[in-house]
Amino acid sequence: MALFQAKRRNILPGFGLSMGYTVFYLSAIVIVPLSMIFINTIPMGWEPFLNAVTAPRVLASYRLSFSTAFFAALFDGFAGLLTAWVLVRYRFPGKDFLDALVDLPFALPTAVAGICFATLYSPIGWLGQLLSHWNLQIINSPTGIVIALVFIGFPFVVRTIQPVLEEAEQEIEEAAHCLGATRWQTFRKILLPHLFPALLTGVTLAFARGIGEYGSVIFIAGNLPMKTEIAPLMIMSKLDQFDYAGASAVALVLLCISFSMLLLLNAVQEWQQKEYRS
Amino acid sequence: MGIELQNINKKFGEYKAIDNLSLSIPSGDLIALLGPSGCGKTTLLRIIAGLELADSGKIILENKDTTNLPPRKKNVGFVFQHYALFRRLNVFENVAFGLKVLPFKERPPRIEIRDRVEHLLKLVQMDWALNRYPSQLSGGQRQRVALARALAVNPRVLLLDEPFSALDAKVRQELRRWLRKLHDEIHVTSIFVTHDQEEALELADKIVVINKGRIEQEGTPQEVYDHPANAFVYNFLGNVNVFHGRIKNGKVSLGDHDLDAPDELKYIEEKPSQTFVRPHEIGISRIRSNENDLVGIIHEVRLQGGQIGLNIECEGLDNPIEAEVPRELFVNLQLAKGVQVFVTINRVRVFAGDYEI
Repeated sequence: MALFQAKRRNILPGFGLSMGYTVFYLSAIVIVPLSMIFINTIPMGWEPFLNAVTAPRVLASYRLSFSTAFFAALFDGFAGLLTAWVLVRYRFPGKDFLDALVDLPFALPTAVAGICFATLYSPIGWLGQLLSHWNLQIINSPTGIVIALVFIGFPFVVRTIQPVLEEAEQEIEEAAHCLGATRWQTFRKILLPHLFPALLTGVTLAFARGIGEYGSVIFIAGNLPMKTEIAPLMIMSKLDQFDYAGASAVALVLLCISFSMLLLLNAVQEWQQKEYRS
Repeated sequence: MGIELQNINKKFGEYKAIDNLSLSIPSGDLIALLGPSGCGKTTLLRIIAGLELADSGKIILENKDTTNLPPRKKNVGFVFQHYALFRRLNVFENVAFGLKVLPFKERPPRIEIRDRVEHLLKLVQMDWALNRYPSQLSGGQRQRVALARALAVNPRVLLLDEPFSALDAKVRQELRRWLRKLHDEIHVTSIFVTHDQEEALELADKIVVINKGRIEQEGTPQEVYDHPANAFVYNFLGNVNVFHGRIKNGKVSLGDHDLDAPDELKYIEEKPSQTFVRPHEIGISRIRSNENDLVGIIHEVRLQGGQIGLNIECEGLDNPIEAEVPRELFVNLQLAKGVQVFVTINRVRVFAGDYEI
């Protein structure tokens, strides 16, 4: 009832139509396909489901997927903030070029990125050779996965922060300077809180993308059981063995964890924002 | 001297924003920098604050050369046109900001900060809003918080950049009077920038009229208003009727009419002239009292609070005259649109030579 009242009072026209479209769109593109995962797992029964998703290899893959995505997103947070800062605040030759470069991870087939990384960091690759002097191995290790995910998630952070930083009034920073704040104090106390919601959004997107990423990771990860197998790979390998139900089960758990994390982050953001608005 | 500026120059590309400007302001004065937009007044203020670097010249604040200090070391209070409050901090934190960013050794203890902030907020009548966020305050309230924030660091000088121009008329007037009162209490050397001559006349101890990066005139509001140094100042300070004509043989032409030229211009052979008449220096009557009176028809009547603005088309003048009469007179004379009146010009100011704004 409350919903209908809200609708009647709304001054913006087209609520019914746009809401209907939104529901239809989300159903057709998101909810229906995803619900197939549920439906596929139902015939499995509780016991086999639990067995499938708690197999040690699967659990290890969850841990790996979430931890690497987390660290990659965290790193992207720093690197992306810095890049956005440079792109917004300074003028320099080649700025447009650099700006366009940021989007490249969006456009590039992720497998291409994976192959590039694998060649670069392999023991005979440019960087791999160099790093082997210090006995550092990137390929076939979680570090390699993080590097691939950093690459994939990077544009999300830059592109969410950029507009907010562009809109940030110069006057606010000038006010802080006049009041005696150093550059660092101004950044930490004024600018960072201002950018934080955007930063959080960007990091969340990068994180979510990182959990689901497949193409770029499998080439560099080496896919060693219990060590460098990511969750999407577990799903793929179950599919390869025609274990559709098992694949769905793994996917379902992945889906539930991802979704609740995104919900949680959204809630944090909402709560963060609430105070400053009248 | 509170503020001393020596030969300040500032160019933006080829454009001269500040042109060899020098200015001395005694400690404790409240000064208005008055000028049209783009005249360089805001640039000058930003140079004093260190937010802009002058190309050359010296800035001395309370006898300390601050020319090359960064803004944070100048100890200047700056109030921005659009408040520039920290959105994510509440009112208390906004005002306390300047104290909390002090190096550890100079930072007052928490309790002292609290006392000082509360005292300042009381001074600006915002002590009820300690925990509010800027978005929950009106424009006038925000500007008061911004002022308290600027005062928190005990600034050497206080600089206000069009502080009231974003507010509506009523609040603007209220804040103006309140700022004057506040300044009388705390006596910090202050400069405020404005393009509103009324604001400058009402508020300032001294007005500095600026045009094209140069000072046209400085003086008390009375001096500047009553004895404008040149045509620009006369024109800029308040509404005015301008008549373009010629000075010749001790006479100034005003359309088809001739007036006696002022003494200092008596002996000019022939030159173009501008004659200025303020709307309130024009007398209106229904009967001719003087043979020099102009005859005109009221073309337009405007209500301006206590005064009535009249637009009168006079015989022998190319442009209509703007006049102001008290409401009472307007009623007594039964003036209205289309009525014929006689216009006496009580006071004129004549400037010889061409002039442009």
